[in-house]
Amino acid sequence: MLFDDPVYASRLLTLLTLSFHIIYATIGVGVPLMIMIAQWIGIKKDDIHYILMARRWAKGFVVTVAVGVVTGTAIGLQLSLLWPSFMELAGNIIALPLFMEVFAFFFEAIFLGIYLYTWDRFDNPKKHLLLLIPVAIGAGMSAYFITVVNSFMNSPAGFDIVNGQLTNANPIAAMFTASMPTKVSHVLSTAYMTIAFMLAAIAAFKLIRGYNHEYHKKALFMTMKIGFVFSIATALIGDLSGKYLAAYQPEKLAAAEWHFETEEGAPLLMYGVLDENQEVNYAIRVPFALSILAHGYPFSEVTGLNEFPEEEQPPLVVHYFFDTMVTIGMFMIFLSLVYWIGIKRKWPFITANWYRWLIVLGGPLSFLAIEAGWWMAEVGRQPWILRGIMTIDEAATTSDYVGLMFILFAGLYLVLGIGTVVVLRKIFKNFPLEKDLEKLQGGEPS
Amino acid sequence: MSIEILGISVLWLFLFGYVIVGSIDYGAGFFNAYSIIRGKQHILSKIIQRYLSPVWEVTNVFFVFFFVGIVGFFPQTAYYFGTILLVPGSLALVLLAVRGSYYAFESYGARGHKGYAFMYGASGILIPASLSIVLTISEGGFVSIVNGHPVLDYTALFTSPLTWAIVVLSIAAVLYISAVFLTWYAFKTGDSAATDLMRQYAIGWSFPLIIAASGIIFELRFHNEEHFSRMLDLWWMFGLSFLLWAGTVWLLLKRKNYGLAFGLLAGQFALAFFAYGISHYPYLLYTQLNIYDGFTNMAMAISLVFVFILGMALLIPSLYLLLKLFLFDKNYVQGKTTKKE
Repeated sequence: MLFDDPVYASRLLTLLTLSFHIIYATIGVGVPLMIMIAQWIGIKKDDIHYILMARRWAKGFVVTVAVGVVTGTAIGLQLSLLWPSFMELAGNIIALPLFMEVFAFFFEAIFLGIYLYTWDRFDNPKKHLLLLIPVAIGAGMSAYFITVVNSFMNSPAGFDIVNGQLTNANPIAAMFTASMPTKVSHVLSTAYMTIAFMLAAIAAFKLIRGYNHEYHKKALFMTMKIGFVFSIATALIGDLSGKYLAAYQPEKLAAAEWHFETEEGAPLLMYGVLDENQEVNYAIRVPFALSILAHGYPFSEVTGLNEFPEEEQPPLVVHYFFDTMVTIGMFMIFLSLVYWIGIKRKWPFITANWYRWLIVLGGPLSFLAIEAGWWMAEVGRQPWILRGIMTIDEAATTSDYVGLMFILFAGLYLVLGIGTVVVLRKIFKNFPLEKDLEKLQGGEPS
Repeated sequence: MSIEILGISVLWLFLFGYVIVGSIDYGAGFFNAYSIIRGKQHILSKIIQRYLSPVWEVTNVFFVFFFVGIVGFFPQTAYYFGTILLVPGSLALVLLAVRGSYYAFESYGARGHKGYAFMYGASGILIPASLSIVLTISEGGFVSIVNGHPVLDYTALFTSPLTWAIVVLSIAAVLYISAVFLTWYAFKTGDSAATDLMRQYAIGWSFPLIIAASGIIFELRFHNEEHFSRMLDLWWMFGLSFLLWAGTVWLLLKRKNYGLAFGLLAGQFALAFFAYGISHYPYLLYTQLNIYDGFTNMAMAISLVFVFILGMALLIPSLYLLLKLFLFDKNYVQGKTTKKE
């Protein structure tokens, strides 16, 4: 399959590149904001620990940015290499946000370079903090614009097709599509949430390992608080996303929920497995919940999957992705809320190792939720590349060798992935906290 | 000026920007690796790192800008070049990834890893070679339409002397541009050993460059007569470019005014690059795709130009700030970390 069918191989290669890239992209969007908050608190409270937090996060950030940039370049070019017919059509309508994304990236790249190499060149730390604002804005804007492009693929708008010819192209309308508000806000809030929990996981891990330093406690408390706020936001936006799907992409919602027959007062199925007769087993049924998710009213009617022609139905596997994403989201809300209250009320188990291990687990789980969410969103619009307009078979390259390129890139990502871990470990081993702290207090450049 | 020509001019200008900043970057990687082999690492590595670290990401954006921009202004290029370039494009991407990660891995973590330094140096030669394939293909004759889809004839491509002439030119240009720039930069740092070494490399690569460039014009005469005759019409631009080249070499030989020498070099490449581009008009891919057929709709074109102007208003001051802080900051260039307001 991989070597005979360019469509299948193109799908797999795109899946591979994007799944790898979004790990680094999420870090790229989230970390600048966390650095900014830490440095701001550090200046405001005049607390050297927060300043150090910003420095150390920035140090690790550089490594992930490098990999994020190269994998981002890869997916940018792969869009044209693997989906030439799609890009030819989409280039006519959706090139504007793509182009703006490059500008946002450019802007971020310039100020990130300046920020990273001017730690010791300003007497006034506030000036240095100002440099982070364009970095964080640039990172957020590139996430915004690239998600706009993806929203267009889910809910195409801003043009007409008359006799197979594209007319009345309206680039602005193509940017402000139905799915854009929910998608963009969900992407941003999950990125901030995930990064907060990733940094919390590092701090918790250090505390478990016996580094009983104030620094780690402050980092843990701060990131868990930020993570909690963004996970609440994520859940609220997730609910709005459900309502968007019910109104504009009912087949995706129906596939994600294994909802086959149109009915009123529809139940929500959690977990479960599907047997070969398409019967759902072992699922937990929450009565009326799907109607509430879809329309905000328990007796409303939810469109079932059987209403759609078979060749336009998304694969049912998306249900598992949906479950994974939602379960992790709920778990993280609960974990961070208990932590926050527990710290305030001085509950002893909050500082116990088992609870800290749960926080450590929360970091990778949040990334898994990001992956699962994207798989659901993308696999859930099969068989379309442009929903209702162009299928993936019409869009993929006709070139041979896509299978070979898959192996080439898989090898590359393996090297980059291992390299990231090795280099990050080395950096923090060579620059332990105490040494950095001493340097900073002594006024030495680090 | 029609909006099609404006579009392609903007893109060509950005490609030119990438050729200059990218060449400095690729060549620096090569010289870095070469100096390790020759045991002269202590002379060059510091200077190369000091210049490249804050700007490599910006360099990369020039490339992204070009390929996103060309799909925006000329969506049909995605269809033609996208289908054809799967293999060379993917190889270039892998090499770019090796390079990009090098900065992070080598300069922040595994300092002094020789294997990586060599891969980094080799990519400095291989990336220009793999990217310059696009220029060869755009001269036409290598792409045929089979069952309604463009197919690249690899045998014809790799046996054509034109392909290899362009590959040699791209490598010579990379090393020459980089060496002249680093001569100037090393001179600014006050490091006379590095200046002398880079000056030697710069002079050494100046002659292969001009020989390769003349070779291509000669090859083109047999490969694409139409393009060749249009190039002859622009002989004065190529002639002027040659004079600027001579000026750079003269300044290098006289060991003076390296800043001006780099300025002349930029002018030399700008003239040659634009003369080549103008003579290529109106084709993007001889003779299957021209800039009028492949152009996007008017609404998109206008909004892209509008965004481009806004973007430039944001970028030019930012780039100026970057250059001022690093390239033209005396303390930074000389490696001092004196505080300043």
